Amino acid sequence: MIEVKNISKVFNDKQVLFDINITFESGKTNMLIGASGTGKSVLLKCIVGLVKPEQGTVEFNGRSFANASKDLQTEVRREMGMLFQGGALFDSLTVEENVMFPLNVLTDQPMEEKIERVNFCLERVSLENANTKMPSEISGGMKKRVGIARAIVTKPNYLFCDEPNSGLDPQTSIRIDNLIKDITDEYGITTVVVSHDMNSVLEIGDKVNFMHQGKMLWAGTSDEIADSDIQELNEFVFAGRLMKMVKGKASKKKP
Amino acid sequence: MFGKANHLAHAYFMKSLGKFVIFIGQLFVRRESFRTYFNRVMDESIKVGYNSIFLVVLVSAFMGAVTTVQTAYNLISPLIPNTTVAWVVRDMTLLELAPTITAIVYAGKVGSNIAGELGTMRITEQVDALEVMGINATSFLVLPKIIASVIMFPLLVIIAAFVAIFGGYIISLITGVISGADYITGIQTEFVPFQVAFALIKAVVYGFLVAAISSFKGFYTSGGALEVGNSSTSAVTQSCIAILAANLLLAYLLAPLLTL
Repeated sequence: MIEVKNISKVFNDKQVLFDINITFESGKTNMLIGASGTGKSVLLKCIVGLVKPEQGTVEFNGRSFANASKDLQTEVRREMGMLFQGGALFDSLTVEENVMFPLNVLTDQPMEEKIERVNFCLERVSLENANTKMPSEISGGMKKRVGIARAIVTKPNYLFCDEPNSGLDPQTSIRIDNLIKDITDEYGITTVVVSHDMNSVLEIGDKVNFMHQGKMLWAGTSDEIADSDIQELNEFVFAGRLMKMVKGKASKKKP
Repeated sequence: MFGKANHLAHAYFMKSLGKFVIFIGQLFVRRESFRTYFNRVMDESIKVGYNSIFLVVLVSAFMGAVTTVQTAYNLISPLIPNTTVAWVVRDMTLLELAPTITAIVYAGKVGSNIAGELGTMRITEQVDALEVMGINATSFLVLPKIIASVIMFPLLVIIAAFVAIFGGYIISLITGVISGADYITGIQTEFVPFQVAFALIKAVVYGFLVAAISSFKGFYTSGGALEVGNSSTSAVTQSCIAILAANLLLAYLLAPLLTL
């Protein structure tokens, strides 16, 4: 479980996060949604320690992270896997080397075990024939899948995904979503997904957290979104035609 | 008005210097295993050293040849022995041209490459990816570059000095400005072995400055492709300024030892 407590962040005299409190539950796909520029990615970076908040703390299973010693931060970080928006693959390494990278640097496993683990992870993301390809030779969707394989290769307890569907076609988006959901369920890890793709939210979100202008406005399950009376959430969610249809169906179900 | 501008420039310089010192300090905390660094240093040595040999050889050969021709035409006098030309070429090469001019060329090639590479890694979140894995990105990415540069640049300077003096010899034979025998005699005249040590001390300092400054500029890049280009330019400019300042300081400190 990840608990975000009273996080505030200021950039150049402009406050971008206001006293954020969220709990991300274990073994669930926790969605963090909101319009562009609302502070989702900044919050995610505060959670993983890439950005230091002015105020507040983050606890990973009771271990305070933001103000912890460097050694404890390193220990907690080694339980994390993260899928970045652009994949963040190392350009000079092949797909296989990218996925093997955390094992090479962070573990003393024999090479056979590392190769076995890498091949397992690449198979898991349906990229069994891409080992020798360079990041520049694969598509955006494949990069995301390699990013997922790299994120799970060390068997993390926490998986963070920053807009995993951005720049992908609908079919590939669904494939990535299903992969994230399956991995979360299979390994029982705590997954946090930053997204503004409502299809993803409805498809894989166990718990949804809505942010607006740096504030946390709503939290609930994806089934409860349609019944929300938060105006900003409704404006965000029902901007899409698909969601209007969902709203219509939800209304009909009501007695 | 100038007083305020001067104050701001001074404050900016001190802030940057402080940030640079902290950056260098971060290289030595939370390090990974020796094996990891060994492999990284080997890779970086090939990039900064081996891949620079062609350019260094080319520049040095012309540098030695031009110095020989220019010196020969400026020392035409029945009172000055021809061997003096080679003597001057040797001293100029060892004391200034091989370490300092090669360092400027090295800053242009390797410095821009380091800043561009780290800047691109920063804006494409590759540096963040390392940090999230629990790896000290500063130490992992930058320390091997600095170690490789400090080891490889003195080797490049040795090559540059040899090639420059050899280039002077070849041009003497081709143009006949002085004879080959005079040249060989001249380069052995009043040789001070400390000149070689002086050149190598300069090389170690320049190797560190180029790698450290370029890494610093690249590592703190923010924005997009335009900023990566700016970081590369800034890395080369600031490396060159640091080389020239260090050259003056080292000359002031070490030149007296040449006369001992």
